[in-house]
Amino acid sequence: MTVAALSDVEVEYGQGPVLGPVNLSVAAGESVALVGPSGCGKSTALRLLAGLEQPTRGTVTRAAGRGETAVVFQAPTLAPWLSARANVALPLELSGAGKAEASARADAALARVGLRGAEDKRPVQLSGGMAMRVSLARALVTDPRLLLLDEPFAALDEITRRALADDVLGLWADGGPAIVFVTHNVEEAVYMASRVVVLSQGPGRIIGDFAVEAPLPRPAHFRTTPQFRATAEAVSGALAGGMAA
Amino acid sequence: MKRLATRLAPWVLIALLLAGWETSCRALQVPVYFLPPPTAIGTALAQEWPGLVAAAWYTLNKALIALVIASLVAQLLALAVTVSGILERTIQPIAVVLQVTPVIAIAPLVNIWAGIDHPERALIALASIVAFFPIYSGAVTGLRAVDPDLARLFDLYGAGRWQRLTRLRLPSAVPFLLEGHKVAAGLAIVGAVVAEFVSGSGQVQGLAWRILDAGNRLQTAKMFAALLVLGAMGVALYALLQQAERMGLRWWRGR
Repeated sequence: MTVAALSDVEVEYGQGPVLGPVNLSVAAGESVALVGPSGCGKSTALRLLAGLEQPTRGTVTRAAGRGETAVVFQAPTLAPWLSARANVALPLELSGAGKAEASARADAALARVGLRGAEDKRPVQLSGGMAMRVSLARALVTDPRLLLLDEPFAALDEITRRALADDVLGLWADGGPAIVFVTHNVEEAVYMASRVVVLSQGPGRIIGDFAVEAPLPRPAHFRTTPQFRATAEAVSGALAGGMAA
Repeated sequence: MKRLATRLAPWVLIALLLAGWETSCRALQVPVYFLPPPTAIGTALAQEWPGLVAAAWYTLNKALIALVIASLVAQLLALAVTVSGILERTIQPIAVVLQVTPVIAIAPLVNIWAGIDHPERALIALASIVAFFPIYSGAVTGLRAVDPDLARLFDLYGAGRWQRLTRLRLPSAVPFLLEGHKVAAGLAIVGAVVAEFVSGSGQVQGLAWRILDAGNRLQTAKMFAALLVLGAMGVALYALLQQAERMGLRWWRGR
C-alpha cells in the first residue's frame, strides 16, 4: 500500500529549478533513505511529503489527516518553556485532545524512545541525544503513517548517532510508520533503510534506487557484512556519478 | 585570599581616590562651592538624609508608575501590531519619530500640556514615553522570534491563529519582554529626572529638583549628596530588575 508519492514533481524557486522531475512512491513498511550532494533538493522533497511546501509542477499524494505525517527536524526543535511531556503532548493538544489524555499518551511515547523518568525535564536539562529522542517521541505520539526525518542525527556524536539509528530501526521493525529520511552519510543510509534513493546534483533527479535486503532487526555487525559493503559501494558509486554529471 | 583581594580591589581604589580628593581639596584650599571635599558631602548627606529619601521616593514612585503604564501600552500595542500587518505600517513611522526625538526636547511641550497645574503628570508622561520603546520593540521582536521549525510544526498539526499566538508566539517572547523591562526601568528614571529638570518648579519635590535647587544656591555638597542618592537608586532598581529577569528566565526555561 502506498503511503505517499511524488509524481512528476518539479520545484522551482526564484533562482531556478531545485528539484525534479522526480517520481517516488513510499509503501507502508518501507524505510527510504534519500541521499545526494548538498543542494540536490532532498530536504525539499521531504517538505513536499510533509505538505509544508507545494510543488511547482506535478502532484504529491500524502496522508493529509492531522498527525498522519510527522516530521523530525535536524535540530530537536523543542519549546524551551515546556517540559518533555508537554512538548510531546503538543501535537495532540493542538488537534484538540484533552490534557489528561494527551499527557498519558505523551508519557507512553517517551517510554517508547527510552526516556521514562525524564518526563518533567525541560529541554535545557537534556543532552543532545535525549532532546532528539523527545523530538522523536513527539513525532510518534500521533501514531503517524509516515515519519519524515530531515538529517535528524547530523548534530550528534557518533555513538549517540548509532544508538538513535537503532532506536528508529526498532520502531520501524515494531510495525511503526513508513520512514523517509534524508542523510549525507551513506553508511547510515544503508544501515537504516530498506531502500536507498540517490539524487543527482541540483536540480535533483533520481539516479539510483537500491534495495537493502537484510532482515530486521539488524545486528551491530551488519555494518561489517559483505552485503552491507557492496550496497554502500554501489550507493557511493551512484553518488559520485551524479556529482560528476 | 586571592578572591578576597579581587573583591576588595575596587573598594581600595575608591578609598584611595576619596583620600586623594580630600587631601587635595584641603591642600589647595579649593572653595567648597566649587568642589566640596568628600567629608563635606558626607555631612550634607547625613544632614539632608530624610529630605533626600523623601525626594528619592517621589522620583522613584513616578518612574514606577510610568513603567507600569509604558509596560501595559507597549505590550498591548505590540500584540496588536503583530496580529495586524496594516497596523504595524500605520504605527511604525510615529514610533520611530518618537524614539529618535530626544526626550529633553519634548519635555517643555509635555510640561505645557500636562504639567502646569499637575507637574507630576508631566513627569509620568515623559518617563512613560522613554520607557515605552525598549518594551515595545522587545515585545515586537519577541513575538516574531519564533523558531521557524517550531512554527512549521504548528503548520503541520494544523494549529489555528489563536493557538499559534498563545502557545507559540507569547511564550517565545518572554525573554525579550524581561530584557525590555529591565532596560525600560532605568530609562523611566532618566525620563522622570529630565522632566523634573524641565519643570523646575518647587511643586515637584523629586531628586532632580533637589539638585537644581542646591545648584541655584551654590550648595555644591548638597548637589553631590542628591546625585549620590540618585545613582544608588538607579543601581538598586537595575539590580532588582536583573534579579527579576534571572528568576523569570529560570522559570521560563527551567534552569
